[in-house]
Amino acid sequence: MRQISPVFKREFLGYFRSPVAYVFLIVFSLAGVGLAFFVAGFFKGGLATLDSYFTFYPWLFLFLIPAAGMRLWSEEKRTGTVELLFTLPITTLDAVLGKFLAAWAFLTLAILLSLPMAFTVAYLGDPDWGVVAATYFGSVLMAGGYLGVCSLMSAFTKNQVISFVLGVVSCLVLLFLGWSVFSGVLNAVFPVWFVDLLSNFSFITHFDAFTKGIIDPKDVVFFLSLIGFTLFLNVVTLER
Amino acid sequence: MIEVKGLVKTYGAKRAVDGVSFTVQRGEILGFLGPNGAGKSTTMKMITGFISPDGGTATVDGIDVTRDPVGVKSRVGYLPESSPAYPEMTVEEFLGFIAEVRGFRTRDARRAQVERAITLTHLAPVRKQSIETLSKGFKQRVGFAQALLHDPPVLILDEPTDGLDPNQKIEVRSLIKSMAAAKTIVLSTHILEEVEAICTRVIIISRGQVVADETPEQLRARRPGARLDEIFRSLTASDV
Repeated sequence: MRQISPVFKREFLGYFRSPVAYVFLIVFSLAGVGLAFFVAGFFKGGLATLDSYFTFYPWLFLFLIPAAGMRLWSEEKRTGTVELLFTLPITTLDAVLGKFLAAWAFLTLAILLSLPMAFTVAYLGDPDWGVVAATYFGSVLMAGGYLGVCSLMSAFTKNQVISFVLGVVSCLVLLFLGWSVFSGVLNAVFPVWFVDLLSNFSFITHFDAFTKGIIDPKDVVFFLSLIGFTLFLNVVTLER
Repeated sequence: MIEVKGLVKTYGAKRAVDGVSFTVQRGEILGFLGPNGAGKSTTMKMITGFISPDGGTATVDGIDVTRDPVGVKSRVGYLPESSPAYPEMTVEEFLGFIAEVRGFRTRDARRAQVERAITLTHLAPVRKQSIETLSKGFKQRVGFAQALLHDPPVLILDEPTDGLDPNQKIEVRSLIKSMAAAKTIVLSTHILEEVEAICTRVIIISRGQVVADETPEQLRARRPGARLDEIFRSLTASDV
């Protein structure tokens, strides 16, 4: 376990050694704020909440997290550094955790860069800080869930394009299962209990409660077990 | 000391390594020869624990690589073929990362190891340069520095002089020779003169099997007066 920290450090700083970090952080911030302002009408609503910003998070994550996660293992495989990494005295679990936590920390940084939005709302009105904090907490957890899936997908291939596409498609499935429009379609075909069951596997279903200020243990457990499960498969895939 | 017994690795229908056995003592420099695809790299990858064998055992200082991979990896310095390294890092950053993973956790200990490796491999002029901007010769030396960094008792070098100019080749050979007394060294090469110049023993491998295991003098004595590459050709004639 001591070996997680050097891997974490190298990976986290690695984002900033190339333009990747800056491009990602700028696009993430602009896209998020842009959607809130121009699509959801952040000011028009006249409410001191961040709902119109966070409501797009599951969709924003759908494209941006596979973009951040696609290189995790694909790049190591393509450049051959995976051979270097796995002949250093570390276990596969150390490497998987180190890299995952670094990417997660990077995504957390991207999410926290939206804090000026919260301060703007606080300047203009009187937001419920409990709800805001719960939403941030939920966003970080959900980012971990997306990232776990994308990290696993990137362990399958040395091609980053394939890794990205697999990441988007898998996340899309996990997203759609709980999207009301899609559930409506499913309801016409399947019994209600089955559709409800499916929607329990969706990001949206478990993220919603956080945006209302509710930290439900079962939502926390969902995201944490999704992370745990995907990382377990990640280790198995790499050791194969 | 390295002990290899009946190593087997199969890729699909192809037996890449087919029952390779040998022992290397401390103080020996073993030259691993063979045509491309004969199983040299695969054997080395199994000794270093990067891939797991389908059969047989490999032990380093009495430690079985499948039982305690981390134990073996911490005793071995390994230079993979084409010396992969993280391209966006500078030479110093990269060696610092290796030192940290190798257990040199304090700043001073880390710096001492990095300085030693940089001096040994003459990397001082490029220490602040990012690895992607280095010439092939320097890149190869970074790989070499990385393998030497923790002063390991066992060195496994996959084509250490590949891509170097004649001067650099001679320099690397003398470096390897100077370390031989205290270490167990295995190196693979295509260059027959290299074997004569530095190796105390030669193993020729063809179609995944050992076809010769002797001193360079014994190899030469097989056909007095013949050139080494003619002897090599006749031993590996089945592998074309």
